[in-house]
Amino acid sequence: MAELSVKEKIKGIAEKIRKEMEGEREIRIMHLCGTHEDTITRFNLRSLLPPNLKLLSGPGCPVCIIPDSDLQMVFHLIQNANIIFTTFGDMARVPFEGKSLFYYKSKGHDIRIVYSIFDAVEIAKNSDKPVVHFGIGFETTMPSTALAILDGVENFTVFSSHRYFIPAMEYLLSLGEAKIDGFINPGHVSTIVGVKAYEHIKNRYWVPQVIAGFEPEDVMLAVYQLVKAIKNGDSALINEYSRAVKYEGNLKAQQVMDEVFEKEDWEWRGLGVVPNSGGAIKDKYQDYDAMKVFEDVFKDFELKEDTRKKACRCGEVLRGLITPSDCPLFMKACTPKDPIGPCMVSFEGTCNIWAKYGGY
Amino acid sequence: MCLAVPGKVESIDFPFAIVDFNGTKKKVRIDLLDDLKVGDYVLVHVGFAIQKMDEEDVKELEEIWKQVLETEQ
Repeated sequence: MAELSVKEKIKGIAEKIRKEMEGEREIRIMHLCGTHEDTITRFNLRSLLPPNLKLLSGPGCPVCIIPDSDLQMVFHLIQNANIIFTTFGDMARVPFEGKSLFYYKSKGHDIRIVYSIFDAVEIAKNSDKPVVHFGIGFETTMPSTALAILDGVENFTVFSSHRYFIPAMEYLLSLGEAKIDGFINPGHVSTIVGVKAYEHIKNRYWVPQVIAGFEPEDVMLAVYQLVKAIKNGDSALINEYSRAVKYEGNLKAQQVMDEVFEKEDWEWRGLGVVPNSGGAIKDKYQDYDAMKVFEDVFKDFELKEDTRKKACRCGEVLRGLITPSDCPLFMKACTPKDPIGPCMVSFEGTCNIWAKYGGY
Repeated sequence: MCLAVPGKVESIDFPFAIVDFNGTKKKVRIDLLDDLKVGDYVLVHVGFAIQKMDEEDVKELEEIWKQVLETEQ
């Protein structure tokens, strides 16, 4: 028979989900990727689900989960060392005490927005100044940083704010507060780590997981598969995004990542310290680690608290405890134009996505 | 951040390739992948091809859809 249209798929699956959920207890599914939140909100998929089925957003925004301590260290470095600092655009707008990388750029510091870490490496090759790149992102992005370090350009270093994602999933489950019945696993983290990386969560926590693509029908199919698994008590681990995700993942990418990084207990915004989640650069590559190379600059660094962020509830949004509209600042003091917390800054932040598409 | 965009490999000059994203062409690093050929589809994230896209698996997914919507009651 002919291929089904997207409309037929979504209509059909929404009906199936409704039937499955009739007379059921509340089921709570968490997705873990800003791009999934974008799909869900842009296509208003929550409106197709019955009220006893909740679709929560989790800590799947690498910009959002970087804690203020990392941000303050970067700002300290920029102000106290004669460097070229490179960053992805999304990170450049995150404020601490109202000041962001864009603010420091406007004050004359040499901060450059790059599309890829290799743009930063090219800048280093053509400059005598030290170039420091802000290394952010989960397992999807870490292999590119690893390759850049392995290229061995002398005046190029990385300030690593990389985080491993899988330990955070486990940590969320161990906290138990968001009452998660099933996960929609992040599609592009999975292209690197593979299906195998989630086996541990399956065996230990018995929580069904579906690795999903980013089309609205992908998300709806994942929700349906999860509802079925949750109702049947299966600890399913389904790969619905098989067009990009293999069981073993990308072994080459895993290899370069393992070569350069090691896991440390690092802080996440909203989650606190997550064991084995920090992407620290190994001692063997310390010549490319901005934390080590600029050790002297960090000697007089002191942590502060951002009073502006006191009422910001980004942390609870990241843990799936509240939705953006539960935050008193949302679309009042905190807007995409003048964001207070990172959930409103990043294009993958739940607050930013809700602000963009409305309907809250 | 974890955004990845699929594109078609147009030419290869290892470790780089020119990838066509629906008309927009960009130079990307391909050394995280093995055996890439001109004409392959790849997922690109921050200037890196992170995975080959598999056409067979797209067909497989279509089968799952048919099963879910037509046979399962």
